[in-house]
Amino acid sequence: MDILFSNVKELVEVAEKEQQPISEIMIRQEMLLTRRSREDIVAQMENNLAVMENSVEEGLKGVHSSSGLTGGDAVLIQNYMKTGKSLSGELLLDAVSKAVATNEVNAAMGLICATPTAGAAGIVPGTLFAVKNKLNPTHEQMVNYLFTTGAFGFIVANNASISGAAGGCQAETGSAASMAAAAIVEMAGGTPQQSAEAFSIVMKNMLGLVCDPVAGLVEVPCVKRNAMGAAKALVGADMALAGVVSVIPTDEVIEAMHKIGQSMPSALRETAKGGLAATPTGKALEAEIFGKDKESRDTVTK
Amino acid sequence: MKFRSVFEIIGPVMIGPSSSHTAGAARIGLVARDLFGRQPEWATIHLYGSFAETYKGHGTDVAIIGGLLGYDTFDERIRTAFEDAERLGMSFEFIAEEEEMDHPNTAKLVIGDKEGVMELIGISIGGGTMEVVELNGFPLRLSGHFPALLVVHDDRAGVIANVSNAIAAQDMNIAHMEVGRKEKGKMALMVIEVDQVVNDELIEELRALPNVTQVSTLAN
Repeated sequence: MDILFSNVKELVEVAEKEQQPISEIMIRQEMLLTRRSREDIVAQMENNLAVMENSVEEGLKGVHSSSGLTGGDAVLIQNYMKTGKSLSGELLLDAVSKAVATNEVNAAMGLICATPTAGAAGIVPGTLFAVKNKLNPTHEQMVNYLFTTGAFGFIVANNASISGAAGGCQAETGSAASMAAAAIVEMAGGTPQQSAEAFSIVMKNMLGLVCDPVAGLVEVPCVKRNAMGAAKALVGADMALAGVVSVIPTDEVIEAMHKIGQSMPSALRETAKGGLAATPTGKALEAEIFGKDKESRDTVTK
Repeated sequence: MKFRSVFEIIGPVMIGPSSSHTAGAARIGLVARDLFGRQPEWATIHLYGSFAETYKGHGTDVAIIGGLLGYDTFDERIRTAFEDAERLGMSFEFIAEEEEMDHPNTAKLVIGDKEGVMELIGISIGGGTMEVVELNGFPLRLSGHFPALLVVHDDRAGVIANVSNAIAAQDMNIAHMEVGRKEKGKMALMVIEVDQVVNDELIEELRALPNVTQVSTLAN
């Protein structure tokens, strides 16, 4: 079966040769691999975009998880942003609050679209719905944003990992932030190569990030890692658009992420046994939420 | 290539909080139900690795039960799957195992009713994507993203040819095919992923073939 790209080098080469944006190359590859029509594929992505928009809106109204660990921060950040006193800038805080909004909805067992995972689901929509206000994209460009993030995510998933249990948080929020940076560049009019540079710049700053959820819940520190992931995506995109390039090529950065993930101890890969989960407060919260009786946690019969 | 679609990256649309521990788990349950062909009356679910450590907080347990009840990843009824199972007469038990498996997110589902028992091992490989790696003791690789046919047969010459001829006669294309056996000349399993949905006529035809003992299907 024909495949247009299996790594970032090929992706950029095909986009340059065809004089098409990365999003278009992703759509073409999807048509080849799944034999579905362009209309079908675009319609499904439009549906995913609508789900993301709803999650952001719901989160900005203020939601709380059943554990009580997370919720309400998206509202706090939006309110602060609107005072005009923000130091980091309105667009950046808007992205951060919308990323948090999505993850707060996720933690509350609400409906979200995984990008590439549920734990990292805030970064792609958070940045998209913030950048939207600045760049005024068409509906088609917004859908294409998702295809561009998908193209890079597809490569990471196949050549490394997008699972926190396999590769730590660098594989989840690290991938999401890098994917978003690449898509911001495309939406802002950058070249495919600049998208790749943005991806590399952000991923290099996510390397080594462990997955250490308190009580095993996708809440602490996941929600705030989505916040910072969104911020890094924007800064990385701006750096690439300014002409900054990564010394290490993107595919080698992805390979490095993969190897770092493989050498991470299991305590730091979504087992809730190390890192923040193993702090005195982390352990106390776990006992509070699940009770101290280990037996009752290990076996449920109904 | 483990991931074959952009919608495994941007997607699935799902009930939170975890794509691997909630959505992937629901899909393992859903595929098990499809292969079993009906709702089981009981289920014993063994969880390994990260699944065993963190399943409660991620809703892995309600998601697997939801899948066994036929709920997809975005079905809001996942939240009430335990209550629904009780109402629908399915009993279940979860066992957190200490044994280490190859993949950190592994679940073994033993499900059954008066008619039969099925054992399936599934792994959740990230982003809501799962694979079945063992079925009734047969090692295999099944993603659940394509319609599939599973044919249990005696390990004899010509069976594979007969099965693939029957599929070709329906003008159906095989996307991926695997044959495994436990022991030479004994029971074997064919896993055939196809591009189109499998119709009942083909299933009946396959069941009637010599040396074929069982045929089950997986809708996409």
